Amino acid sequence: MKKFLNNVDHMLVESLSGFATAHADLIEVQFEPTFVIRKQKAKNKVAIISGGGSGHEPLHAGYVGKGMLDAACPGQVFTSPTPDQMLAAAEAVHADKGVLFIVKNYAGDVMNFEMAAEMLSFEHATVYTSDDCAVVNSTYTTGRRGVAGTVIVEKCVGSLAETGADLEACKTLGEKINLRTSSIGAALTSCTVPAAGRPTFDISESEIEMGVGIHGEPGRRREKMREADAIVSDMVAAILHDIEAKQLPLNGEVLLLVNGLGATPLMELYLIYNTAAKLLKEKGFTLARSLVGNYITAIDMAGASMTVCLLDEEIKQHWDSPVHTAGLRWGV
Amino acid sequence: MNSDTINHKAAAIRAAILQHEADIEGLDREIGDGDHYINMKRGCEAIVGIAPELEALSAADALNKIGMKLLSTIGGASGPLFASFFMSMGKTLKAFDNITTKEIALAFDAGVQAIMQRGKAQAGEKTMLDVLIPVSTTFKQLVEQDKSAKEIASALKVVASEGLDSTRNMLATKGRASGLGERAIGHLDAGAKSCQVMIHSVCDLVLSN
Repeated sequence: MKKFLNNVDHMLVESLSGFATAHADLIEVQFEPTFVIRKQKAKNKVAIISGGGSGHEPLHAGYVGKGMLDAACPGQVFTSPTPDQMLAAAEAVHADKGVLFIVKNYAGDVMNFEMAAEMLSFEHATVYTSDDCAVVNSTYTTGRRGVAGTVIVEKCVGSLAETGADLEACKTLGEKINLRTSSIGAALTSCTVPAAGRPTFDISESEIEMGVGIHGEPGRRREKMREADAIVSDMVAAILHDIEAKQLPLNGEVLLLVNGLGATPLMELYLIYNTAAKLLKEKGFTLARSLVGNYITAIDMAGASMTVCLLDEEIKQHWDSPVHTAGLRWGV
Repeated sequence: MNSDTINHKAAAIRAAILQHEADIEGLDREIGDGDHYINMKRGCEAIVGIAPELEALSAADALNKIGMKLLSTIGGASGPLFASFFMSMGKTLKAFDNITTKEIALAFDAGVQAIMQRGKAQAGEKTMLDVLIPVSTTFKQLVEQDKSAKEIASALKVVASEGLDSTRNMLATKGRASGLGERAIGHLDAGAKSCQVMIHSVCDLVLSN
């Protein structure tokens, strides 16, 4: 393992301290328990709180700020945060209109947020994101994982909350976007959890992991490495199959998010985008909005995920509205 | 049982987890996301770290405190699951003045029930419960048959290992490997392994007394 590192036990605190200093105009970081809040506490709105294991930066702390999250709770690397963090964050940011948790559907995240919700003394609700269509057998499993679609949910629900909408409306929009969003990832290499010191899985030069999760957990299948167009075509096919399975229309306006998992350069991400956009257009979709870059990563994994969100006027309006965070910034 | 023996057991559990680092981490790398050993270690260190505080408490309060500490220390799925286990054990023991093997079996069972509830999981889903449920069932049966602590400890070691082995050919429908389908078959579950390791360490302590 070769990483910029002093002491593995201090890594998270040192990184969050740097984040706090770099974005001191936007956010504040609290320790023991650890949470990130906006510099300027918002009033008269539902407080939107998310959180999850670290290692996915800029998610979630990078999305704290006007137009998106009120607070984020970073856990240890790839390990969900603990209920005391959510409780402290909720205490710090709630503004009498309730608290909405946005939680990626992973067992650890679900259980820790559930326990926090049980201990909360004010009005609250939770949106679970589950956009990953790599996990097919969802009837018999814990269910689909929440991946890059979470960024779209956080952006749009954050925007709606700024208008003063109530808790129920925020939850409803979050669930609608989650339903209309499908993602799939492909890994070229493993990632290395710093405390483990070696790659999470072995993969040869001639293989890829199709359907990989954002922690390097194995996906659908191990495949031979092929040219990019063939891989992208399979990813698009998986997403189209998912849209069809959800009985949603295979046409209309979409947001296409091509996300890097940490160690894949933008040059390759745009190459993926190029092919995916062509295939989606051929199928009858209109590419109305795009996002290409590292928005939810898996530490240092080489790989990419592709997310398609079926837009409507409401989602488009909230996607376009101003946002001012470390990780997303437009219209301000 | 008192908080002093709880501290002894905690120290034994920590030593056993550290000793099995390679096994536990290896299994989690095969069909998990590679953080299980690190989380188990962090939890064990935290409990050994509060040993002086636990000494002043009754067994019930010490177990509850252990649960709270794990809840705010581990994170992931293990945090709420082990926290629910110990808090539920503590709550059950609170009702008894004199704690014997019989009460411990009752409390252990309540702890396992709490894990099932929190994780919404049953036996046969390739998780820690495939070790914990059969251990709890056998524990209760042997107590009813008035077996000695040592007889119970020997029997539970065997049941724990059988439970672990049973996860090998299971499809994972809950837990770390639930996204894997058929690919999880042939691999042991890492959470079941760490539970087997912990149960063996506590049973060995009983056997060596």
